[in-house]
Amino acid sequence: MATAEVLTNGNSTLCDWHDRYYHVDQILDRPGPRTDPSFMAGDGVKEFLRNQCKILVIGAGGLGCEILANLALSGFKDIHVIDMDTIDISNLNRQFLFRPKDVGQPKAIVAAEYIMKRVPGVKVSPYYGKIQDKDDAYYMQFNLVICGLDSVEARRWINATLVNLVDPENPESLKPLIDGGTEGFKGQARVILPTVSSCYECSLDMLNKPTAFPICTIANTPRLPEHCIEWASVLEWPRVQGDKKMDTDDPEHINWLYTVASARAKEFKIEGVTWSLTQGVVKNIIPAIASTNAIIAASCCNEAFKIATSSAAYLNNYFMLIGTDGVYSYTFEHEKRDDCPVCGGESLDISVPRTWTVERLIEMLVEKQDIQIKKPSLSTASSQIYFQAPPQLEEATRPNLEKQVFDLVPDGGEITVTASTLPFSLFLRITYS
Amino acid sequence: MIKIWSMKKNEDAAAKRKPKTSAAQIRVQKDLTELDLPPTMKTHFPDPADLLNFTLTITPDEGMYKGGAFTFSFVINTNYPHEPPKVKCTQTHLLHALDRKIYHPNVDLEGNVCLNILREDWKPVLNLNSVMVGLQYLFLEPNADDPLNKEAAEELRKNRDQFVYNVRQSMRGGNIKGVQYNKVTVQ
Ligand SMILES: [Zn+2]
Repeated sequence: MATAEVLTNGNSTLCDWHDRYYHVDQILDRPGPRTDPSFMAGDGVKEFLRNQCKILVIGAGGLGCEILANLALSGFKDIHVIDMDTIDISNLNRQFLFRPKDVGQPKAIVAAEYIMKRVPGVKVSPYYGKIQDKDDAYYMQFNLVICGLDSVEARRWINATLVNLVDPENPESLKPLIDGGTEGFKGQARVILPTVSSCYECSLDMLNKPTAFPICTIANTPRLPEHCIEWASVLEWPRVQGDKKMDTDDPEHINWLYTVASARAKEFKIEGVTWSLTQGVVKNIIPAIASTNAIIAASCCNEAFKIATSSAAYLNNYFMLIGTDGVYSYTFEHEKRDDCPVCGGESLDISVPRTWTVERLIEMLVEKQDIQIKKPSLSTASSQIYFQAPPQLEEATRPNLEKQVFDLVPDGGEITVTASTLPFSLFLRITYS
Repeated sequence: MIKIWSMKKNEDAAAKRKPKTSAAQIRVQKDLTELDLPPTMKTHFPDPADLLNFTLTITPDEGMYKGGAFTFSFVINTNYPHEPPKVKCTQTHLLHALDRKIYHPNVDLEGNVCLNILREDWKPVLNLNSVMVGLQYLFLEPNADDPLNKEAAEELRKNRDQFVYNVRQSMRGGNIKGVQYNKVTVQ
């Protein structure tokens, strides 16, 4: 328990009492047999970890609470945290930075305050909102990013953002991403060096996808309470509510689904439809287990510590924990994919005459020996330039063939090229001569 | 910090900054521009600038649904291809329930489609072409084992001739067992 004295020490930054980091310093004061040759034992590394290193934690939920506590206690002192959620009463069993009085408050803010109160000298800067609100300049300020998220979409976004941030002219632009995830007794921790090693998108097909039941089973032969809930949400909601969008955060909507699913369950003599199961199924909530979160968060923070200090070899690159049948863990190197839409594919800087038409540019791409593209389709981030198919879009974009590239893409602008002969896509950065 | 950059230097594929186009968006561009559809299938984009919402019309040239035109709406979200596209049978571009009834064992009267790769068997390696080919196959080989329209499936299993007759009736806009179907025949 926190003593009153520690609590009042709040935000003072110069309170590294004697031997505060006695244990961690055993590792930082001298090299070991497996430390990286670049490891600078002693004050240099301690100074970096404690006074310079800036780390971003994405997510302040089950994993996030653990991660924040671990980082603060390992000596990271400039921690930022982003989370868009508010605290729900059901979080309190495992998200130990929150108390009943905090229900309804933003997770990021409450977590930051708690850590700062509890671990003197640590500064935690919270942001209550979406990761998408922040721009490249924001992400550029960090040395490391750790993710403890439950959303595939958010992970894909931050992964792509960090890959895109890598600027060949600037070594500092490469931000290691440590990603943790749990599902019940299973979990994984991985280290992603954007553009260097396998990224999140490279391994997208390894993900367990949410359980989906055949729609005909739901419609005709329900056997499980989940079948009744899916019937209510997938078939009955659109039939009865029409175009009204279902909001899984609206208790009224969950109530409606629960009532409809219960009636269905009664008809088929199925037991087990409850309000919380209904919410769980429609929001695709996977049971969270505090101890799995603790293991994965600890693993992520160990990697953050090793990467920040070079004091030991870091994970290369995927650690998998399966606790469903005894304890099994496996570490392997997930390979980077050439056909990864985010980190794979090539990127070319090309310079074209200002007078070139789109047609001329396409001819050049087709003729160019080192790329050899057949039937390329081109677009910018905001609009189509020329599409080979389907017929309607080919026709709609055909007039662009005669236009000058300059009229469609600004100097330094980018074009995404896809073609069946490319592993995935090719990016062109256009400058005009 | 570890010296990642020195590793980077050894990589031959030097990092270049890439455009802010999302992976889902590029993947949809790739899927659409590489569609290889037979003349029996046509896509239509109500807003050609919006690649994520479109319809597919299938006009089977063989089998019991020959002579009909069947339209499906496709809605793709930003989590594609982690999530499959949302596909519904819709006889007009209106979303009114009465306007999209077809007599098919694997399509219900609300336009829901029972096709395994649209739900339980979806994988990110599948693409829009696979989905479209799968949909066309439903009209060549309706499947009585995965019923969404139970009566149609029952009929197909018990009395194939009657089923074929019902299909023809329904396509002309006929009434089968009290359900008025939409006219879908084309010349
Ligand atoms: Zn990748």
